[in-house]
Amino acid sequence: MFEDLSLHILDIVENSIRAEAKNIKIKITENLEKDLLSIEIEDDGKGMNEEMVKKVLDPFVTTKSGHKVGLGLPFLAQASKMANGNIFIKSKPGKGTKITAVFQHSHIDRQPLGDIKETLMTLIIGNPEVNFIFTYRRNGKKYHLDTKKLSKNNLKNLLNNLNKIFENFPREVKNE
Amino acid sequence: MPKLKLEDLQKIKEKVRRETVLREGAGKAKITVHMGTCGIAAGARKIMSVILEEIEKRDVKDIIVTTSGCAGLCSREPMITVELLGKAPVKYVDLTEDKMRRIFEEHVLNGKIVKEYMLAIGSERVD
Repeated sequence: MFEDLSLHILDIVENSIRAEAKNIKIKITENLEKDLLSIEIEDDGKGMNEEMVKKVLDPFVTTKSGHKVGLGLPFLAQASKMANGNIFIKSKPGKGTKITAVFQHSHIDRQPLGDIKETLMTLIIGNPEVNFIFTYRRNGKKYHLDTKKLSKNNLKNLLNNLNKIFENFPREVKNE
Repeated sequence: MPKLKLEDLQKIKEKVRRETVLREGAGKAKITVHMGTCGIAAGARKIMSVILEEIEKRDVKDIIVTTSGCAGLCSREPMITVELLGKAPVKYVDLTEDKMRRIFEEHVLNGKIVKEYMLAIGSERVD
């Protein structure tokens, strides 16, 4: 089990990458009025059939031969259920997978967001061939990051550019 | 199929170059951080951040940083693999931030394997 939501996100997106996704959308929405927090991860990877989707939330079903799904999704499901929420999985073979986890924002057991910036840096730097689109919404305000527009041929420049982009993001996603 | 223009080809070339240079480009060292569920739970993301900090701090250009899945040694996470150009990959286990800084300085930059933190030389097969 992870101690914050940014680690769940990292783990779920690593699944997408292993499923050969080339475009991954990560959306975090905090709606204090409706007391909701939602995390959405959508990829264009291999996808799963219906039978597989039913199985991925069961940590005791072995998936090692062929499909690669582990403990990550059961962890996220547990985290959302603990906070009066739920997890939804939509997937189609050959099309991709969309995972949505919702939480009651004010719930005492709702895990903190954690260091979203560190998660995104790890994903973007570690997977230069994947396009990431990150959207963070909080009370009507929207923040956006699209790696398609970034040059990735120099690691140091990429780090600098990402740091600059994150300067415009609110502290909630930077664990400050 | 519409006719392919020269600029389309150039766009494709630029795109491919951009995508591959960090991974297969002129890197003299490649660091792979094991980022499976077990690695993440053990602190692999922090190890990644230390590597990025070191790269920012120093004037290094030709290092490739990437991530991989679980290598089947979950109890020894966080783990990394360091591969210098033309040398066999070296696996390091049970990492901490300090150990990572030392490996970066001694092995990645100066080519000297830090034997105390090493698991083995060689590579596992990940499907």
